[in-house]
Amino acid sequence: MNFFLLSLIKAVVVAFVLLTALAYLQWVERKVIAHIQVRMGPYRVGPHGLLQPLADVIKLITKEDLIPPHANKFLYLGAPFFAVTMALLSISVIPFGSEIHVLGNTTWMQLTDLNIGILFVLAISSMSVYGVAMAGWASNNKYSLLGGLRSSAQMISYELPLSMAVAAPLLLANTLSLRHIVLQQTGYYLGFIPRWSIFQGPMPQIFSFIIFLIAAFAETNRVPFDLAEAENELVAGFHTEYSSMKFAAFFMAEYANMITVCSITTTLFLGGWLPLWPASAGSSYVPTLVFLGGAAVALYHGLNPARRMDRLTLPVVAVVFFLIAVAFLVPAVQAVLLPFFWFAAKTGALLFLFIWIRGTLPRFRYDQLMGFAWKFMFPVAVANLMVTGLLVAAFS
Amino acid sequence: MTGVPLSWYLILSAVLFSLGVAGFLLRRNVITVFMSIELMLNGVNLSFITFSYQLRQVNGQIFSFLVMVVAAAEAAVGLAIILTVFKNRATLNIDDVSSMKD
Amino acid sequence: MDVILFLIFAVIAVVCGINVVVQTHPISSAISLIGVMGSLAVLYLLLGAEFLAAAQVIVYAGAVMVLFVFVIMLLNAGAETRRGRSLLAQLLGIPLLLVFLGLMAYFAQRLFPATAMVRFGAFRGGTALDVGEALFTRFLLPFEVVSVLILIAILGAVVLARKELD
Repeated sequence: MNFFLLSLIKAVVVAFVLLTALAYLQWVERKVIAHIQVRMGPYRVGPHGLLQPLADVIKLITKEDLIPPHANKFLYLGAPFFAVTMALLSISVIPFGSEIHVLGNTTWMQLTDLNIGILFVLAISSMSVYGVAMAGWASNNKYSLLGGLRSSAQMISYELPLSMAVAAPLLLANTLSLRHIVLQQTGYYLGFIPRWSIFQGPMPQIFSFIIFLIAAFAETNRVPFDLAEAENELVAGFHTEYSSMKFAAFFMAEYANMITVCSITTTLFLGGWLPLWPASAGSSYVPTLVFLGGAAVALYHGLNPARRMDRLTLPVVAVVFFLIAVAFLVPAVQAVLLPFFWFAAKTGALLFLFIWIRGTLPRFRYDQLMGFAWKFMFPVAVANLMVTGLLVAAFS
Repeated sequence: MTGVPLSWYLILSAVLFSLGVAGFLLRRNVITVFMSIELMLNGVNLSFITFSYQLRQVNGQIFSFLVMVVAAAEAAVGLAIILTVFKNRATLNIDDVSSMKD
Repeated sequence: MDVILFLIFAVIAVVCGINVVVQTHPISSAISLIGVMGSLAVLYLLLGAEFLAAAQVIVYAGAVMVLFVFVIMLLNAGAETRRGRSLLAQLLGIPLLLVFLGLMAYFAQRLFPATAMVRFGAFRGGTALDVGEALFTRFLLPFEVVSVLILIAILGAVVLARKELD
């Protein structure tokens, strides 16, 4: 097929999956935080609150769309647009899976593989600072300005340990292209320990992984680093004056950034789409078993329902999971979905970690946050890079 | 044509450089003057990389890289100076900080 | 395809460049300058300098311009008010500029043969590997000197922008 047509189809599929994942990530977050706080979360809008994102979208679209007086119109309208663009752009280089053959065409499950893939992601994250800074400036509101300045200062401060933590596994992988970074992590030590970056000799990248995760929390303005935009601090910071769809745009940008950062972590440190143990030892049946287990749990709770509506909805969930489990056994589908399952499982685990930490930790004060970045994270990241470099040079 | 003539890149570089010079000479706000300097540096970077392409060597790109680094250092110190001038004179207009002129 | 991409991004660069000089409010000039740097990054990609393109966006557009934007926001610089401009400068300035640019264009066309075409992919020596190899072997001394320069700049900026402890 024509290269442009194929790329267009891939882009449409990725955009559709990403936007659906964004909407339902918000649902997952609200449910998980609710259960951490011993309550139920969205429950009434659709079965188990599954239509809550749709209700939120309708609410946000129908709200009054106002522009504050004396605001810089071009920047005010452009800032959320720019933030969303930058947030969604990084997905284009992330590899979701290996090479697949669909309808006679051979293609990789990745929109494009740049030679400088990881630098592209760092560049996009540098540019996303402007969305926040412009939003704070354009609102003509001193609280927004302060919140925007603090948020952007936090983002550029944590870019440094982030970049250093990214550079360390690159020394092991010896390439900047994301596809080749994952391909460098194939293989197994002793037949069952995967050769992911965090386990790879000569220097397992555990410290880089931890530094990258902490810096990623700060880059995406998530708890415990969300002082600049929390609702009870500085009147919600840089997005105070934004209503309806523009606020929704910032919201979407934050979740898209979260998904991007978790995908990059998976690619760099956790082996991307590679399975946890070799396919020869039966790792191809893991998705089937997982979904069958999910179906069994749903069926059990459907037969002894805690609430009356569950008598109907939970068996439906069980049937859907059973069908998905069967779908993973079909060889044609398996080749496409299996790598994507492993990628989604790892990214999903990291996203669960993000949500878990939001429900658990208190937030940093701003000066503590900046001091943490410059006085602790940056020296540790530099030391980690130096040790990795020394070991790679000594053992290569 | 299959490619872009090399001279077009050099003309673009000259255009950006002269725009930077025009901004440097004409504007009164010290931050805009500084940004015109950055525009000049960008024009020169394009020129270096064009010649790196023409000679099929990477040296031009190394020079460009070093120019970028020097521009970053200069921006940091220059903006700190601008902040200090603003603290002392409360104005960003370079016509008003001419007390050393006779 | 090369020509279309070059024309689009060259026009964006020139329009944003004119905007930098013409706009009264410094924040608009700063945004236009970010636009110039972004389009120049694409032009570097067309010239085969992929590492430089990424460095341009990460360092120049993503760090240096953030510094500018911060300072403009902190100082709350208002739009520039026009003072008396000499009419002669206004009448002669733009035509002279255009004559100068025309001369430069003519000389550039004469000096470089028409067969020197820039094709995307014709120069593959701009990868991170090549830049890194050159930077750490032949250009090691400038690299180390420039890192000392950055250190001096950091110290200078910290000293200048520090609050006085009374």
